[in-house]
Amino acid sequence: MSATAASIAHAPAPPGLLKRFLRSSFFAVSVIVLAIIVIWYIAATFLNSPWQYEVFARQDVKPGVVEFIEATWSQERPVLPAPHQVGEELYKTIVLTAPTSKRSLLYHGWITLSSTLAGFVLGTLLGIGLAIAIVHVASLDKSLMPWVVASQTIPILAIAPMIIVVLASLGLTGLLPKAVISTYLSFFPVTVGMVKGLRAPDPINLDLMRTYNASKAQTFWKLRWPTSVPYLFVSMRVAIAASLVGAIVGELPTGAVAGLGARLLTGSYYGQTVQIWSALVVAAVMAAVLVTIVGIAQRIVMRLMGMPP
Amino acid sequence: MVTSPETAAAPVTGQVTPAGAAAPGAIPDQQAAPPESPVIGIDHLSLTFHTNDGPVEALRDINLAIGRGEFVSLIGPSGCGKTTLLRVIADLERQTGGTIAVNGVTPREAREKRAYGYVFQAAALYPWRNIARNIALPLEIMGLRRAERDRRVADNLALVNLQGFERKFPWQLSGGMQQRASIARALAVEPELLLMDEPFGALDEIVRDHLNEQLLQLWAKTNKTVVFVTHSIPEAVFLSTRIVVMSPRPGKIHDVIDSGLPRDRSLDIRETPEFLKIAHRVREGLRAGHSYED
Repeated sequence: MSATAASIAHAPAPPGLLKRFLRSSFFAVSVIVLAIIVIWYIAATFLNSPWQYEVFARQDVKPGVVEFIEATWSQERPVLPAPHQVGEELYKTIVLTAPTSKRSLLYHGWITLSSTLAGFVLGTLLGIGLAIAIVHVASLDKSLMPWVVASQTIPILAIAPMIIVVLASLGLTGLLPKAVISTYLSFFPVTVGMVKGLRAPDPINLDLMRTYNASKAQTFWKLRWPTSVPYLFVSMRVAIAASLVGAIVGELPTGAVAGLGARLLTGSYYGQTVQIWSALVVAAVMAAVLVTIVGIAQRIVMRLMGMPP
Repeated sequence: MVTSPETAAAPVTGQVTPAGAAAPGAIPDQQAAPPESPVIGIDHLSLTFHTNDGPVEALRDINLAIGRGEFVSLIGPSGCGKTTLLRVIADLERQTGGTIAVNGVTPREAREKRAYGYVFQAAALYPWRNIARNIALPLEIMGLRRAERDRRVADNLALVNLQGFERKFPWQLSGGMQQRASIARALAVEPELLLMDEPFGALDEIVRDHLNEQLLQLWAKTNKTVVFVTHSIPEAVFLSTRIVVMSPRPGKIHDVIDSGLPRDRSLDIRETPEFLKIAHRVREGLRAGHSYED
């Protein structure tokens, strides 16, 4: 449907401002966001109403429909907070609180972001290294690959506390253990993607290298590595999102000192659903921004490599 | 790289001696030495692929000697092993029987010395390298200095009439231009021998005619030995000094036709009776090779 609309857009006369607006991605995204907010409000009304019935019943008040709905949107500990409640909380903890304060979501976000990025870099390097080994050593393909796959079938929630405990006993605390959990989650997509990417060269291009009597290293740097770049970026987009999940999960068993994971945990201890949801929103926005940054980096690199726009 | 003293000595004497032809595991043959030292000497060569469906005989008892400066076409229907034979010469496949010598040494040694340039069916240019850097690719691998690389890139681009396209990327060029760039890349190695596997097969007739004419001029200018695989009769007859007609299942040589046509020829020659006579003989050969199938 949208595809046909896009092809019609190539008609000779330039479309009017309104038409251009209706076809813009800004409009499309806005519609989706609006729909989510509407559904969110409806869900909040229904999910919070049982508690609200009890409150009104205890107070012996017979509220009107509007009054009742408004009440479901402004509970202190709702089952599902309304969007504006989350918005207020975000405003309070991001704008009104100094970033250095432990009440600031920016402070907690930064803690999570730093271990996400550290884990992402380590995971990407590990993933590339494993892929290079697997592609070049035939026996590793059979012996190592099953372990790589098996590593991802272990629930991260089960293994994360073990990693924290083991590393703490070695005297390693703080950023590194969380980064290790991020690495654990993010190396996998990079390994799988890069094994595929490093094997992607056309047989004809490998034959060409053979006719030049190129060494394995030359074939790698001049052919396999450039061929795998698009695969690397696709993998990195998955890896950075996985890395964020790893960082948050890694913050749960540390005793909830700092980070978005800590906010989630303390929020659930004290039934602060608004706090939980604002931490979730920050995590989601962070993931979207990180994935977008990787996407932009991909476009820049592909252009530098002379690929068609 | 393991080189026995005998095989290393062979190119110095310029003779295809049985010792020189003896690749590890190959069978020495006393009849291998032709009168003058050929660029390629193939003797009782056979190749059987071992597939899951059992052995497939790709080549059987191939005997062929190609002299310096010749333009030899291998023609035949698909499955006749013409590309396989070219790949054996290039050491991209290895024979399972018989011997083959390229410049008096085994194909492997010839490849390690970068004795030939190979042009594939597809241009196989690297999309992330511009045309100049694509042509410089083998030169980088050979470890040539920057100045020498630049000189060879410029010379060979001029040879295939692609000056001014140095900084263009492959996707910005037409199919014919891409294939010319890939020929320039093969020539940049400065090999005596050019192996071409249906290089113009994917191009339209007009472009193909044009490139055929250019290839002949190039051949006249550089005096290289060319082995050219094709399935087009006019192309084979127009280009070649000798045409090898092959037949399939198993791949073998059906006929070898010496073209009496002058070396210096233009596209008009295709209308002459001599040309048509050779083309007729090639067609007859192809038909005979096919006949048992019907």
